[in-house]
Amino acid sequence: MTTQTTHTEGQQPTPPRRSFLKTVWAFLGLMAAGEFLWIASGFLRPGKKASEAAPSDMLIVAGKLEDFPMGSVTAFVRGRFYLSRLEDGGVLAISRKCTHLGCTVPWDDDEKKFICPCHASAFDRKGSVISPPAPRPLDIYPVTIENGVITVDTSRTIRRNVLDTSQIAYA
Amino acid sequence: MDEAHTVFTRLRRSISHPPVRPGTEHKRGWAGYENLVLHIHPKRVPLAALRFTLTWGLGGMCAVLFSLLAASGMLLLFVYEPFPDKAYQSILTLQNEIPFGQLVRNIHYVSANFLIFAAFLHMLRVFYTGAFHTVRQFNWVIGVCLFTGILLSNFTGYLLPWDQLSYWAVTISTGMTEYIPLAGGWIRATLQGSEGTGSHTLMIFFTLHTTVLPGSMVILMAWHFWRIRKAGGVVLPPDPSNNQRPTMVDTLPNLAVREGVVALVLVAVVMTISVAFNAPLGEMANPGLSPNPAKAPWYFMGFQELLLHLHPTFAVCIIPAALLLLCLGLPYRRYDTPSGGVWFFSAQGKKAGITAALTAGVVVPATVMLSEYAPGLSEWFPDLNPVVTEGILPTVTACVALAVFTRIIKRRFATTNNETTLALFTLAVVSFALLTLTGVWFRGEGMGLVQPFAH
Repeated sequence: MTTQTTHTEGQQPTPPRRSFLKTVWAFLGLMAAGEFLWIASGFLRPGKKASEAAPSDMLIVAGKLEDFPMGSVTAFVRGRFYLSRLEDGGVLAISRKCTHLGCTVPWDDDEKKFICPCHASAFDRKGSVISPPAPRPLDIYPVTIENGVITVDTSRTIRRNVLDTSQIAYA
Repeated sequence: MDEAHTVFTRLRRSISHPPVRPGTEHKRGWAGYENLVLHIHPKRVPLAALRFTLTWGLGGMCAVLFSLLAASGMLLLFVYEPFPDKAYQSILTLQNEIPFGQLVRNIHYVSANFLIFAAFLHMLRVFYTGAFHTVRQFNWVIGVCLFTGILLSNFTGYLLPWDQLSYWAVTISTGMTEYIPLAGGWIRATLQGSEGTGSHTLMIFFTLHTTVLPGSMVILMAWHFWRIRKAGGVVLPPDPSNNQRPTMVDTLPNLAVREGVVALVLVAVVMTISVAFNAPLGEMANPGLSPNPAKAPWYFMGFQELLLHLHPTFAVCIIPAALLLLCLGLPYRRYDTPSGGVWFFSAQGKKAGITAALTAGVVVPATVMLSEYAPGLSEWFPDLNPVVTEGILPTVTACVALAVFTRIIKRRFATTNNETTLALFTLAVVSFALLTLTGVWFRGEGMGLVQPFAH
């Protein structure tokens, strides 16, 4: 008999104040969970760690323009890029990271190509894809040429889908 | 003397009231009930549950391997330094200067690889004995999460030695995540912590490997074990005598001793292999030089193999996500006979499963060869977007082939959809296993097809 009574009691409409308070508490609980999620995701956000290299370290003075003959490709180990001097005198700073899965591409001076050892993607001296599976040209870094001195800003990687002349720096 | 005796008696009783090895049969049941370690089991278990070939002890083996990994991992933490310029050196110190350092690393390495196998076989056992039907449905989901946790733990641990092998395997695998639509770039950046695999990546992987993943897995394991008890223990074959009450035996000693034996044999095997073979260690990682070929860890080789044939978005995102969702949803399908306990469900189920395995055994190698030597669809239709030629078209073809296969199975073998599901699951598992084998043994320089063990 007693259970019957409690049962019918439970089916009575909840007083509006109680259901209102329930909603408020549920809302506050969600807010708290959201805050913690926000803190955690902000904390883990990439690229803002204290040990990040100073901006001046990311600016690399490659050398004088005349030191790089036309059609040469020079590797910069510290900056992790290649300086490619095109036949027409233009300069490109090409990232050595393959756009397929991130392997390091060596310059093959006999074949005049970048050939990725991991999955055999190949790129020409401008970084354009010659053979897949790489989906887009190699990334580049901004190049400035002042008084015949080439400076590369390795802090800013430029992703590109096609090669166009605006990417090439001229003296 | 008398005083000492009572102090020790009082101490022991404060830990566990009845002795762990009580004198009489009657008291044994209660001893298991009172003991913390044995508390994960009920006081008494059905006699049929003791049969080794019912479960092959695989779940228990996973737990033992997890404990071995935790113990050896804790020791390794005393020596290891998670910084790119020190990590490799600390592994060398561990191997060459610390007493038993090499052995402890070997135990960790062997157990980690064994755990993938044991968990995989455990999952197959659960599937093929139909132990995922009602009351065990959600435990299958927890199990799939645990298996994912095992793979991620293995993967995050793979980077830590910081040799050429680990460095490039992780670079490639994190590179794969970039092809996930929309979130890919963010996931890769969060995993790596900066451009390329570097000190941030190592710190992130180290933290995931030593705190986040094991912590979550302990919680999931507790949940997993608790759900087994809530389901009334392991799945049992239907009783032929049709007794309402199965014959019960005391957990202590019947089950506990059997579990102890399996654990000891497993530990002995792991120790033997650890003494006989050393965990591999290559040259120190050199971010400027990718080895040829650069391969993902072996358990991700199946995805890498897919990546060679299909558009990246399909190979690393759409197909794995679809398979994972199907796997998670497996117990929630409406089955004609929602009960388990019989291996391969029925004689028909067994036949359907074998047919599926043979089909995969023919179709997968044939497709790999065809895709290697025949001109691809993108060469036939160079004007079409690669998403169509290397993604949508092959996927649609595969789906049509699957539909045809399902029809044949239904016509020839299956009388219930339990058997059809069994055949499809077998097809998926064998195909993926074959792709993994292809990646491990038949891929050489430039990821071209090679004869295995040639060099």
